[in-house]
Amino acid sequence: MPDEKKLQTVQHKKNRLGIAGWVYGGRYGAERYAYTLHRITGLGILFYFILHIFATGSRIWGEAAWTRTMALFDSPVFKAGEFLVFIAFAYHALNGLRLLFTELGCWMGKPQRPVIPYKNAVRRQRPALVVLMIIALVIIILGGFDFYLLGE
Amino acid sequence: MNEDNQAGKTVPVIFQVLRYNPETDTTPRMQEFEVPVSKGMTVLDGLHWIKENLDGSLSWRSSCRMGVCGSCGMFINGYPRLACSNQILHLSEKRIVIKPLPNYEIIRDLVPDLEKFFRKHKSVKPYLIRRDIAEQNMPTGEYFQSPDELTRYIQFAYCIKCGLCLSACPTMATDEKFTGPQALAQAWRYNSDSRDEGCSERQKFVYDEQGVSKCHFAGTCSDVCPKGVDPSFAIQLLKKDIFLKTMRIKKDHAGATVLKTAREYIPQENIPNPPKPTV
Ligand code: SF4
Ligand code: FES
Repeated sequence: MPDEKKLQTVQHKKNRLGIAGWVYGGRYGAERYAYTLHRITGLGILFYFILHIFATGSRIWGEAAWTRTMALFDSPVFKAGEFLVFIAFAYHALNGLRLLFTELGCWMGKPQRPVIPYKNAVRRQRPALVVLMIIALVIIILGGFDFYLLGE
Repeated sequence: MNEDNQAGKTVPVIFQVLRYNPETDTTPRMQEFEVPVSKGMTVLDGLHWIKENLDGSLSWRSSCRMGVCGSCGMFINGYPRLACSNQILHLSEKRIVIKPLPNYEIIRDLVPDLEKFFRKHKSVKPYLIRRDIAEQNMPTGEYFQSPDELTRYIQFAYCIKCGLCLSACPTMATDEKFTGPQALAQAWRYNSDSRDEGCSERQKFVYDEQGVSKCHFAGTCSDVCPKGVDPSFAIQLLKKDIFLKTMRIKKDHAGATVLKTAREYIPQENIPNPPKPTV
């Protein structure tokens, strides 16, 4: 199968990390994992929105269809799924806030003369990442209480 | 590091090197070599030792062997590094795994194809652009630049075009069209140079769909950069710049004035005059 071999050679020659490049962080900093998680949670939230539109859209088929859909979602699995969406949302919102501020140049200091050991803006904004993630965690814990203890 | 190495003794270290010739091989393979390593030997020294003593066909790029030319970027023990700036025993006393830089095509063994990388670099017009071309070609004086203005861009000017940052970039891993941290950092290096007047000319390449908007600040380019260039910082500064300009809070800066004669320059106190020109 010369064609298949050719394709294999092209793949190897390209030497692209692909999705593995997102997941495998090597010995990189926390921001790289924040990047990957931001993408995954973004996709998760998008998936939820699509599901949400279909679910609420079922109302146009009449009340019976609506009740049936709601009954379908009234299971522990979906409840856990909903909580996962909540976690994704809390993370995505707070990390997004960090990205918004850093894109406006906040928390990163000014360009400096490069003197060994080099410092970079990623390190300088790291405290902001830590603080925002703590806030996200607090929101998630409070949300967990609301979901599982106070709910219903 | 163990004490014996200090006395000029050697330790055997296994070099696991990726071998691949796309013209003849279908798949790459890892080949092992045992290298006697003494204190201070760099990964590049190890490769030279292999080439001289074990296998003359091993290929890689290198030139200055002192972290200046940017040729010897490789994926060493799972991290993009310069082979000449990393000592073997600082990385491992047992095993060094060397692969060509990811996200570049392989030409052979450890040689990456940097053609696209340089094309991207060129696309952002990495040079001073002035409106007065006649003055730029036949200068009548120097462009004025203060030390503060120099500090604003000098760190970005340290780029040696080694390409490590593109190997570390997760966006680059899935999207080869992305302009990439190196080229964008160079765009900012010139945009933020007080002598430059070319912001609007670079705009097209920096802010198009392959430009800064694809960066989500994973920050790894800045971590791996061997020269402290901090490309991810430059990209965020480019984003801030376009935001301020779109909101009309900031305008393109005017290029530095030309100092026609040395007399226009007012020397600071306590700084002696330069010696008289000899020619
Ligand atoms: S920015 Fe740094 S890592 Fe990227 S090419 Fe330049 S010197 Fe190499
Ligand atoms: S050989 Fe020049 S940077 Fe390594």
